[in-house]
Amino acid sequence: MKKTPTIALLGNPNSGKSSLFNQLTGLRQKVGNFPSVTVERKSGTFALDHSQTATVIDFPGLYSLYPKALDERVVIDVLSNPQHEDYPDAVIIVADASNLKRNLLLFTQVADLGLPVVLALNMLDVAEDKNLKINAVKLAMKLGVPVVRINARVGEGMDNLKKAIQETLTVNTGFQKYYFDPAEQFPELIGEVKQQYSLRNNYLALHYVQQHDIFSFVSPEKRAALDGLIQKHDFREHGFQAAETMHRYALIDGLVKDSVTTSNFIPKPLWTRRLDDILLHSFWGYAVFLMVMLVIFQSVFSLASYPMDWIDGGIAWLNDGLKSLLPESTLTSLLTDGLVAGIGGVVVFIPQIAFLFLLVAMLEESGYMSRVMVIMDRLMRKVGLNGKSVVPLISGVACAVPAIMSARSIGNRKERLLTILVTPLMSCSARLPIFTILIALVVPATPILGFFTLQGLTLLGLYLLGTVSALLSAWALRGFVPNTEKGYFVMEMPTYKAPRWNHVGIAVWESVRSFVVEAGKIIVAISIILWVLASYGPADSMERAEAQVRQAQPTLSGVDLDNAVAAQKLENSYAGHFGKFIEPAIAPLGYDWKIGIALLTSFAAREVFVGTVSTIYSLGAEVDEDNATLKDRLRAEINPRTGQPTYNLATSFSLLIFYVFAMMCMSTIATVYRETHGWKWPAVQFVYMTGLAYLLAFLTYQVLK
Amino acid sequence: MKTIANLKIGESAYIKAFLQPDLSLKLLEMGCLPGEEVTLDFVAPLGDPIGIQVNGYCLAMRREEAATVEVI
Ligand SMILES: Nc1nc2c(ncn2[C@@H]2O[C@H](COP(=O)(O)OP(=O)(O)OP(=O)(O)O)[C@@H](O)[C@H]2O)c(=O)[nH]1
Repeated sequence: MKKTPTIALLGNPNSGKSSLFNQLTGLRQKVGNFPSVTVERKSGTFALDHSQTATVIDFPGLYSLYPKALDERVVIDVLSNPQHEDYPDAVIIVADASNLKRNLLLFTQVADLGLPVVLALNMLDVAEDKNLKINAVKLAMKLGVPVVRINARVGEGMDNLKKAIQETLTVNTGFQKYYFDPAEQFPELIGEVKQQYSLRNNYLALHYVQQHDIFSFVSPEKRAALDGLIQKHDFREHGFQAAETMHRYALIDGLVKDSVTTSNFIPKPLWTRRLDDILLHSFWGYAVFLMVMLVIFQSVFSLASYPMDWIDGGIAWLNDGLKSLLPESTLTSLLTDGLVAGIGGVVVFIPQIAFLFLLVAMLEESGYMSRVMVIMDRLMRKVGLNGKSVVPLISGVACAVPAIMSARSIGNRKERLLTILVTPLMSCSARLPIFTILIALVVPATPILGFFTLQGLTLLGLYLLGTVSALLSAWALRGFVPNTEKGYFVMEMPTYKAPRWNHVGIAVWESVRSFVVEAGKIIVAISIILWVLASYGPADSMERAEAQVRQAQPTLSGVDLDNAVAAQKLENSYAGHFGKFIEPAIAPLGYDWKIGIALLTSFAAREVFVGTVSTIYSLGAEVDEDNATLKDRLRAEINPRTGQPTYNLATSFSLLIFYVFAMMCMSTIATVYRETHGWKWPAVQFVYMTGLAYLLAFLTYQVLK
Repeated sequence: MKTIANLKIGESAYIKAFLQPDLSLKLLEMGCLPGEEVTLDFVAPLGDPIGIQVNGYCLAMRREEAATVEVI
């Protein structure tokens, strides 16, 4: 046996693969991409016994080895290529026992590839609710592979599963017989393919014939050669695939006949039926959906504010403490005003982001999201989208990058592209910090109807604005997006399940961790650069600052003098010059050069805004207010031209509107580039979103000022 | 010709043929096989999509897709 064998997890969507993966690996998970494709690859290690560990890889869920959605392609690409680094030593097929026949289709295909397989029977409790009894021993005898009863939700059967894997790895009985042998009908074709590509397996040869176009490891010349073979033998890909599926189902019927018994079969468990009656109802369905959304946003704003206040206070305390402990020096200033201020600006928003991820994960886990797709499909189609666009759009509220990737489940190319184009208009969690701060500055916390506050409703309004704009943009853009291939809506409606806190917890932890790490990297880098740019200026301009101030306002002294000098220094610095340079372009939106600096840096990533203003304003801040929170600092900011607070209603709302619309996120642009294979669509997206942002922020400022 | 799209809620029928080859591959894999019994389970609020019971589970599809599956 290899030192660390690789185990692949395969199964239908919703069969419980991710749950099993979490049970096996706990927090020993790594999330990355499969080499050269942007399909999420979750891998982890677990102990087979006390001396042996194994690597387990969670593959995208799929119904058969013939991929229908883009993500699914990676499965056959890996399984057909023994040289692939993820090529498994054994496969666990996770099967939904309440739906065994359909789940066994994939099993027979994988087994026919000659891979050692263990069948994990999951969802046995759901099967029981449907009055199905499954005899695992009989099934194992029929299939000739180990069959293990598990409950991936609570972690039952893990030891037996590990034992079965170990057995399969050590005493591999070798390949037995094909469920479906393509050589029976096309012996010459299969023979030639096997010979030319030195294959040993007939079914693998069939996949070379059927799917070579998506094999990344087969050269274009060889693909052409295969096309030649297909012609020569008059092989009909389409008809043969249909025949294969029917043949397999006929066999499966026989295989499960003795092992699955039922008296009084219930196709839809009682709870699912009752819930569907409400959640798919023509009035209550939408009412519940709206309520769910409302509760999500209200809880994100109000519940999360408690831990946020603690963190905010903690950071101010830390900064203050560091300043009084450390000697006054350039390095101390970099640490406190640069790093701590910048990072603090992000850390404080972890509670809100975690809340959002938590609620979105619960909607997905419970099976409710599929119902939302169904009730929204007709409406979404009116604007050129798809019911399945709801998932990218709702996840876009957390982060546009995974959201855009999840659009792959939309089969229709046009609907998918439109979804990708408008998803970044959904207000992602990176905008939340900006919204929160600005709203807190200019909107009073007046309670409304007991449960809501004016601030919460304003936030909700911004989210609605983003959502409505996304839908309208899809409608406006739908004429410009070509429709090249047809896709289908067809999808399974899973039964409802109460989400498990540990799985949801892991999902939240993963998302928050990657958000903090990814955003943190950018923010630390930009904070440092910004600190340098704001602390140094061309030639001797920084040294001149004090003289400038004394000359302009000779009466100043003490604290007031220090403040004025600090402000003058910022203005004289590189960052100041930078901001002044773009000021004419942003003045019509109501922004001064300091906001200009923040705006420019946040084109790398929006969340940098808060870090940037923290850095800028703590450098130019009044000396006696070192321990003030960011909010206090912003409130104290005076626009020298007007003598009014900089963050008044007009400017704050203009900024809010700008951030609702502007495309300011490098990662999103890179993701759209990867997903659409070119610069055309990211460019279109950048121009239309940023154009809208400028225009609407301008209007907002002019109307409100 | 009668298709899944013509079924009423609760009404059952047997799959006879597929009128759209590409979609048929997907439906076959999902367990919609010729001779299999289908029952219309729900119709979404605006009349589309619809959900059917087939092969022991519930499958949602758009009306236009359901219209490509002939039943008797
Ligand atoms: N009742 C019951 N629920 C389960 C069982 N195993 C998993 N679940 C639940 O089924 C739902 C789907 O499980 P996942 O692990 O997300 O399924 P998956 O196959 O990874 O689904 P995709 O991520 O869509 O591919 C979750 O709500 C799980 O808690 C089980 O044995 N019994």
